[in-house]
Amino acid sequence: MSAQGNGKFYLYTRYERFWHWLQAALIIALAATGFEVHGSFTLLGYKRAVTVHSALGITWLVAFAFFVFWVATTGEWKQYVPTTRKMFEVMRYYGYGIFQGQPHPCPKTPDAKHNPLQRLTYLALAAALLPFMMLTGLLYWLYNDWAALGLGGLSLSAVAVAHLLGAFAILAFLVVHVYMTTTGHTPLAHVKAMCTGWEDAEDGKPEDWEKRTA
Amino acid sequence: MRLCKRPLRIWGGLAVVAAVFLIAGPRLLGAAPSDKNADAAPGRQLARSAVTAPGARWTTSDHSKYEALQKDFAKPEEVTAACLSCHQMAGDQIQHTIHWTWICPDCGDGKSMGKYGKTINNFCIAVPSNEPRCTSCHIGYGWKDKKFDFADKNRIDCLVCHDTTHTYQKFPTKAGYPVTEPTLFPEDGKTYLPPDYKKITAKVGRPDRLNCGACHFYGGGGDGVKHGDLDSSMGMPKKSLDVHMDAEGLNFSCQRCHTTKDHQIAGRLYTSPAAPERISLTEADLASKIACESCHGQKPHKNDAKANDHVDKVACQSCHIPEFARVLPTKMTWDWSTAGQMNAEGKPFKKEGPYGKPVYDSKKGDFTWEKNVEPVYYWFNGAMSNMLVTDKVDPTKIVSVNHPAGSPSDGKSRIMPFKRHTGKQPFDPVNATFVIPHLFGPKDSDAYWASFDWKRAVASGMKYVDLPFSGDVGFVETEYFFPITHMVAPKERVVACGECHNAEGRLKGLPGVYVPGRDVHAGVTMVGWGAVAAAVLAVVAHGVGRMVSSSRRKGQ
Repeated sequence: MSAQGNGKFYLYTRYERFWHWLQAALIIALAATGFEVHGSFTLLGYKRAVTVHSALGITWLVAFAFFVFWVATTGEWKQYVPTTRKMFEVMRYYGYGIFQGQPHPCPKTPDAKHNPLQRLTYLALAAALLPFMMLTGLLYWLYNDWAALGLGGLSLSAVAVAHLLGAFAILAFLVVHVYMTTTGHTPLAHVKAMCTGWEDAEDGKPEDWEKRTA
Repeated sequence: MRLCKRPLRIWGGLAVVAAVFLIAGPRLLGAAPSDKNADAAPGRQLARSAVTAPGARWTTSDHSKYEALQKDFAKPEEVTAACLSCHQMAGDQIQHTIHWTWICPDCGDGKSMGKYGKTINNFCIAVPSNEPRCTSCHIGYGWKDKKFDFADKNRIDCLVCHDTTHTYQKFPTKAGYPVTEPTLFPEDGKTYLPPDYKKITAKVGRPDRLNCGACHFYGGGGDGVKHGDLDSSMGMPKKSLDVHMDAEGLNFSCQRCHTTKDHQIAGRLYTSPAAPERISLTEADLASKIACESCHGQKPHKNDAKANDHVDKVACQSCHIPEFARVLPTKMTWDWSTAGQMNAEGKPFKKEGPYGKPVYDSKKGDFTWEKNVEPVYYWFNGAMSNMLVTDKVDPTKIVSVNHPAGSPSDGKSRIMPFKRHTGKQPFDPVNATFVIPHLFGPKDSDAYWASFDWKRAVASGMKYVDLPFSGDVGFVETEYFFPITHMVAPKERVVACGECHNAEGRLKGLPGVYVPGRDVHAGVTMVGWGAVAAAVLAVVAHGVGRMVSSSRRKGQ
């Protein structure tokens, strides 16, 4: 996990970085306004919090469609295919090796961005949790049209509690995710990479199976 | 640091964000262009022109020129006879109104509901046996006991509603009659003058707010006692008190909404809703009762889709009447059980409290008055359920003498604001029924205000209505509700969203609806924050571990 090696390499494309930070901003703003609507605190005032939350939610929905398009057309989806290979090594690394100064078992390259733990987490996020939040949020937003949409049997309370549970899950993810950015060879190395696109090269190379095949 | 060193590349991204906002923004954040025409909502336009168009209120007759009115009337019944000599159908019409009979004709058995039926309240409780005092607000002359002849058309009081000079007054204790010579009424310290019938009949016309208000502002025997949203401040209100009746603005009369046909005035609230359907004037311009929606439509808010989304569950009044009694105080509690105390001289007395209003009266007990009162909220289908004097009373609970009818699941009810008046009133603890006390009567009679003896007063009242009475008098806690529908405030003063979307807000405890911000799923919330806290603890522990192990390695 030293900084030597062969310098830097371009890991995150421009759209990818833009998408990451846009989504980060949206999620943080949605969480802030969402928890205000939930009654956790007062910041914008209830009415404005609702207005802003709805606007951001719909914005996110539209922006997410671009992400899906990008993932599908660039083949990046292959980076999210889950695997159990090396899973144990990664878990062992974060649970033990990282305290011993050992190198990460899965060095990053443009063809293999995600270790098995990341693959699983980001897949769960992008394919399950975020769509779940969009779906429950959209339903919540369309509450007054439920009867017209043939959804009259839905319970607002159930939709609200589902949306709330998802929000806590995202919040918990956010805490861990932000912390994990500090596990690079310097605490800000990963954040820097997500801004500039250039990651510092690490020792070692991924195995062939880890690479995305174009 | 190379953090975010290529700002130009961001612009492409920002363009995408802008595009997204352009697509999603307008519906969410502001007015869609088509909303410009919303002000031209036809119902609203019609209503406005009906009151403001030139010549909107006009007549084809000058009553000062009618022969039948060219005489010196000695008695008010003579005035009525003169009125009916031209208005032949008016007498019959009046006799079919609840204003005349004080009985709701379409409720239950057609005998029990109404002021002169078996319904009671927790103010002066009931009319029977107290007629001469109560019937000063009857549109008739001489209803002093149950022998009153309802068939006698000449006993109809035309003037109390149709006097536009506002000089005509009925004396508070003369069974609906005005005085024949100047008379002081000691209770309000006012001297009542005999009406100048010639002057008044020369100027009769359609009733205005002051005519209706002569009784409806003073229900319960004083200004603002009963309703909370009706008191003398509504005679000539400012816009800040009521946007529609604003004397210098729209200046609506009562009948603008309380549509009147054949002297039947829409708006009575007993077992059936005053407005069976909330329909637009553009659908039915002869709707029997004008509701908010009749003019404002089903999507009344121009630039606020979310507010329009509330109209299926929330009555307009709930947000647009933030408080009632905004100018004058209204009575909020009345405890009859403390009545009967005497002062040092052994005489009944009154004690004045805040707002210059009595807080104790030996005849009536303790009162409290309040101003700017926040309503209570209930599901309401437009009708009230009333207990009858004969209904069983459970003295261990607060008994609802009347209660808003409706439920969250009937598809018709909406959340409506109410004034809740609480009190303690006499009841029969042996028979477990309410009682009708005989309150008003001459000196040395059984009336409570003469004898200050509850047993005598109740025995006399119950005998008068021919109902059983055990002889024992207890006091039971009761509540009584009035729908709040007047005193519609300007839109700047509307109830803010957070006042209901709040665990401790106005809708606290209202069942049958999930209110975001109020119903916070305490258990789920606790588990959720617990999970987030666990994540924080885990990463902090991990981080500390890394720091410790790293410095230990460096030390080696």
